[in-house]
Formats: sequence, structure tokens, C-alpha cells
Amino acid sequence: MAKTTIAIDPVTRIEGHLKAEVVVENGKVVDARLSGGMYRGFETILRGRDPRDSTQIVQRICGVCPTSHANASASAQDNAFGIRLTDNARLTRNLILGANFLQSHILHFYHLTALDFVEGPATAPFVPRYAKSDLRLPAEANKAGVDQYIEALEVRRIAHEMVALFGGRMPHVHGIVPGGTTEVPTQEALKEYAARFKKVRAFIEEKYLPLVYTVGTVYTDLFKQGQGFKNCVCFGAFPLDGTGKNNLLKAGVFVDGQDKDFDPLKITEDVKYSWFAADTTGLPFSKGKTIPDVDKEGAYSFVKAPRYEGKSMEVGPAARMWITNPDLSPIGQKMLKDKYGLDARKFRDLGADNVFSIMGRHVARAEEAWLLAQAVEGWLKEIKPGEATWTKFDIPAKAEGFGCTEAPRGSLIHYLDVEDKKIANYQIVSATLWNCCPRDDKEQRGPLEEALIGVDVPDIANPVNVGRLIRAFDP
Amino acid sequence: MSLNRRDFVKLCTGTVAGFGVAQMFHPAIREVLADTLTGKRPPVIWLQGQGCTGCSVTLLNNVNPSIADVLLKIISLDFHPTVMGSEGGQAIAHIRSIASQWKGQFFVVVEGAIPLARDGKYCVIGEAGHEEITMVDMVKELAPNAAAMLAVGTCAAYGGIPAAKGSETEATGVASFLKQAGIATPVVNIPGCPPQPDWIVGTIALALGLIKEKGLKDGLAEVVSMLDSQGRPLPFFGRNVHDNCPYLKDFDAGKMSPSFNEKEGCRYDLGCKGPMAHCDSFERKWNGGVNWCVANATCIGCTEPDFPDGTSPFYSNK
Repeated sequence: MAKTTIAIDPVTRIEGHLKAEVVVENGKVVDARLSGGMYRGFETILRGRDPRDSTQIVQRICGVCPTSHANASASAQDNAFGIRLTDNARLTRNLILGANFLQSHILHFYHLTALDFVEGPATAPFVPRYAKSDLRLPAEANKAGVDQYIEALEVRRIAHEMVALFGGRMPHVHGIVPGGTTEVPTQEALKEYAARFKKVRAFIEEKYLPLVYTVGTVYTDLFKQGQGFKNCVCFGAFPLDGTGKNNLLKAGVFVDGQDKDFDPLKITEDVKYSWFAADTTGLPFSKGKTIPDVDKEGAYSFVKAPRYEGKSMEVGPAARMWITNPDLSPIGQKMLKDKYGLDARKFRDLGADNVFSIMGRHVARAEEAWLLAQAVEGWLKEIKPGEATWTKFDIPAKAEGFGCTEAPRGSLIHYLDVEDKKIANYQIVSATLWNCCPRDDKEQRGPLEEALIGVDVPDIANPVNVGRLIRAFDP
Repeated sequence: MSLNRRDFVKLCTGTVAGFGVAQMFHPAIREVLADTLTGKRPPVIWLQGQGCTGCSVTLLNNVNPSIADVLLKIISLDFHPTVMGSEGGQAIAHIRSIASQWKGQFFVVVEGAIPLARDGKYCVIGEAGHEEITMVDMVKELAPNAAAMLAVGTCAAYGGIPAAKGSETEATGVASFLKQAGIATPVVNIPGCPPQPDWIVGTIALALGLIKEKGLKDGLAEVVSMLDSQGRPLPFFGRNVHDNCPYLKDFDAGKMSPSFNEKEGCRYDLGCKGPMAHCDSFERKWNGGVNWCVANATCIGCTEPDFPDGTSPFYSNK
């Protein structure tokens, strides 16, 4: 059978502008290219500014995960300026970031990806859709999906109220700053946060987790597709103490079947296939340059290709949960046993082939939401009402530092170099760069490009599994 | 039942934090909201240029009417990259089918800036027949036949962050783009990075109410008459943040907050840009009324045409 090339542009229900081009042969994807179609130039816009302003400006990279960019920027300055955070600073940052993770994971499953599995009503914005959309849920489960889509709109809004209680507003918080946060927690604000959290947690436990596992029992084939390299990294997020070493989501690298320690100095960026000046390729991320070149021969994306020790790495909930390997939720353990006949206690008991798959990535995200909900409950007990959240600091004439964290969609690192109290260089490697990057200088595909290889496309007029896989990464 | 500008301002300034727009509006607008139950939802095409999706996310935070009602009962959101069911060629074809079926009657919302440099290559929004379509192409194609354009967020209104110093993409707001292209379609700016969702939903409800009452042309003309010199609806953006700030009395008394740990006193010494900003966050507040920018930290002037360059450094007023 002849090879057919299919272009999907725009790929929808994601954050940003993405085009997917796949080559299909004998009903399977045999090659794939992902193009990021939009460029703004944050790294050049940041140059010359007061370093503190970066924490506001970088949030505008992503309106779904601004808290993570704020956190990376503030942490990079904490690191550069030698600021020691108070416990309340760490905890309020965790509560802001944690609430947005819960919001983002719920938004992702219900409002971005659910229409890949659930048949919505036949009205805008649910239609048009593929003529043969491969929607297979039995009527009862489908109805639960539609009802929960509506309910989740309210639940995610409530989660944003949790963010705003300490962040000031959301999207784009004012509350995260270098030196800590700006909202000294009052008893009253903590009570307001806890009341909302109770509703969000109940939704995760009673609706989100069970629905994901139920959908998985119908779409069992989607646990067998989209594996990719199965190499992944987590930079670490949600510090559990002041040492910076103990995180709820642990820093680590999993490559060629082995666990290793994470070292941010091993990150480089290739641009052979990106619309950036050819002579800027292969640089360590902190020495990175951002010089656009839209006429470059052979290039097909505004996304650079970050590499860790030269390897293409997946980031996101599957990567984090694999590296952290926490206990699965009681609901998950029970449903895995009852519906899948699988005895699993720890996350890795699911097995790498199941985890790194279209459906596995949804399971990882839902389980991560549950894990975070447990942690939020602990932080609410640990935080001290009325105690300072901010530490005074001076901006030195010269300094450099980096801040690592995680966004709901994956690992994030910011680097800044300060000269004359102004930003001399600012570099950002965000989650979408890792997952959605093009090929590198050695022709190695990006993680999502590689994961697309082998995905079933039995009907080229309705390539539903391509979008399903891309959305499973939450780009 | 007529709703003049004075009524509207009065209704908006009677805002209670977290209350939403549905309850405060004139009965004519409540009727519009009820009307939409009959299935006569006006078609809306929501384009995303150089933005962050934050304006879409803020819209989802709308409290009253609920976002489910906005999406399913008030407007027909026929194209929105972040929420619609379709993708690829089918989605692009659907834009064109709606635009031709509803010529002169559909609304275009723009989120994000429009980059002019390099033939618009810095923002490609899709393709049709193997030809890429840039944001520049699509706005040029749709704007002449749209009833009105809504520039949601500071990027779409004035260029915003993508147009800040250091940028190379010639990021431009909608009104300035249409002027350069010689397209006369009315533009309403709803700035803010992002806007408070009431400003978006309130403006849409206001426009639909006036159109219902006075017809498309006269109704839209009435909306345009309610805009300030920066194209913003006066009821939401007509007041200065500092002049209406609950901490103004502290400023007048010289009582200044010295650090983020001090929740008493005016934030001017922390860099607050309230004196140069216009919106009603001081009374409407954010996210169901739980907090707002200045109570939490400082204003960064995000509703202003010169944000961010003219309103930064954010943390200094020296």
C-alpha cells in the first residue's frame, strides 16, 4: 500500500499553535513531524529589564501554567541572589502551584481531551467532529462524561479561586515574587482555601479518577500505542523542606531502562530543524541564543530541540510518576484489580509499556492529581497563619542562577544572568520544547514525534489516534 | 426598553465583588440571556494569534452567567482552537462556512497579537489545501465581513507583551491592524493581561442587548459610543485604579506598606502602578471576588496601551 501524508493543522484542544504531519503506511504511522507555528521572543524581550519583572513577564508564556513559569523565574532569582525562603514562602508557593496543577489536570482531561473519547452534544463547540470519530463509550459512561464535562467547568474554576487566594488573581498571579510570596496567610484565607479544596478533591476521587479508569477499560488498545523512547526526566517540584533536595515530585532521569540523578548542566539545545540561526545549535541551555531565521532551509518549527546528554526526553505526568513511583490511589488499585485484573500497588507496577501510551498518560495525570491532593492537605496543616512569606534581598550588580520546577505539562527550567542589576541573558526551556520538539542535529526525533510511530490510522480520512496521542501529552 | 450609557455605567459601578454580570444588568440584557435558550445563538469565531491562551482561561472563570451557559446558551462558539471538537482542515473549512453563511452577522474575537513581520510567518494558525494560513491572512479574510471584532486582552488590543521592547515580530493590535489594512469593521478593546471575565461577558451581553433593541447597525454604533479614547468600554475601564483604591486613604495619610509582608498601607512604594491604570478590579475583584491584584501585591498596569514597557519596572516608582 502506498504511503500517504496527512497534515493536521491546527491540532486543537492544546495550548498554542501546533501542526502534525504524519506519513501513514498499511494503517500505521511510519514517520511524523511536529511544527510549532508561533514565535514571540520572550528571551530577547526580557533582556535589559529589572530581573524582578521577569516573574511577571514569563507568566505570559502560558496562560494555563503561569504559576509554574513564575515559580521557575522566582526560584532562579532566589538562587542567583542567595535568598533563603521562609517555610511559609515555600508552603504558599506549593499551595498556589498545587491548586493550579489540580485545575490544569481537570481542565486537560475534561475540556481538552475528553472529546476524544466522549461524544458531546451535536452543537457548537462540540461539532463539527470527525465523521467516524471512533467514540465507543457505552451510553451510561458517555452520559457521565458529558455531565462531568459541565461539572468540571465549575470545579476547575473553584481551583482557580484557590490559586487566587494566595496568588491575588488567576491567570497570571501577582503573589509569586523573588524572595517568596506576597500573601501572608490568614486563618480566614486558609479556611476559604480548604473549603474549596474539599470540593476539588472530592471531584478527583469520585469522578475524575474513576472516569479515566472506566474509559481505559473501553479503549484498551490505547494502552498499546504511542510508547516512544520511554526515556524521561523530572526536574523536581513541590519542595517538602528548605534543603531544596526533597520534593514531592522527585528530580531524576530514566534513560535506557536505568535511573540516574538529574543534573541541569547536561541540557543542550539543537536547532538544525528549528527556525533559528544555524550557528546557535548545540549550546548548553544557559549559553543559549535566540536568533530567529524563518527562511532557514529544512527547518520546520519554532520549537528548539532540547536534549539531556544528547537524548530526546519525555516530560510530564507519566515521566514524573514513573520517576517518583508513589503508591497508586486506593481507587486506582481497586479498579485496576476489578476491571483490569492487575495487581498494582506502586505506579511502576503498571509497567512501562502501559504507562508510556495514549491511555497510560491519562492515568498518570489522574493519579498525580490524587497524589497532589494528599500533599495539599498536609501543607494546609504545616503552614503558619500570620507568619512572613517574603524575605528582603538586594539585587547584586552581577549574579546568575537557575530555577527548576514542573509545569502540569512537564519540566521547566529558567536561567538568568544579571549584569549591572539588569537581565543580560534569560533562557527558558519549557515542557512543550521537550515533548513537541523537532528532530535534533543527529536526526533523532522529538519524544512526541517518536511516540507517533506505529500509531493506528486505519482510516486516513479520520486520523483520530494522532490527535489523541498528541493531546495525551497535554502540549 | 432602552439602555443608555448612563444607565449602563450606573449598573456596572454598582458592582458587588464576585457577583458577576448577569444579575446586575438591565432587564433588556437579561432578556437576551433568556432569549438565547431558543437556539438563536450568534456565531463567534475566536482566533488566537501571539498569545498565551490566558484570555480563554480567564473566560472559563466567569461566574455569573456560568461559563457553561455562555458556551451552550448565549453564543455559538463555532471556532475556538482550545475547546472545539474539530481539528485540522475540517476546522478551517468550518470557519469559512460560518463566515459565508452569516456574512455581516458573525463576530470575531481575537486573542493575542498579530505579527506583521516576515509576511506574518511568526504566527501560522492552520492550513488549507497545503497552503499555510497566517494570523495576518485570517484576520484580513474575516474582518471585512464580520459584524464586529472583539480584541480580548492587551495583546489583541494594543500588542501587549509580544510587542514589548526587544521583540522582532512587529506584533500589532487588532484596531491598528485594521486601520493599516483599510478595514472599517468596528473594534471593541477589552484589555487586561488577562481581562477580568466580567469585562468580556459583560461587553458581549451589552452588545447583544443593544443589537436586539436597535438592530445590528444602530446597536453596534451605541456600543462604540461607550468606548473611551483607547477603544475600551468606559463602564469597565473608565475609572482610575489609584483614585478608587481602598488604600487611597493610606496614601493620603502617608501610610505606606514597606514590604510584601505588611498588608496595611498603600502599595505605592512597592511599585504599584494603580495611578496609571484604568479598570474596576478595586471593586469587582477577581476569581469569584476572593482577592485582587493590589490587595495581594501591586498593580502592574496591565490594561494600559503601553503595558508592559510604559508600566515597568513593575516594582519601583522611583
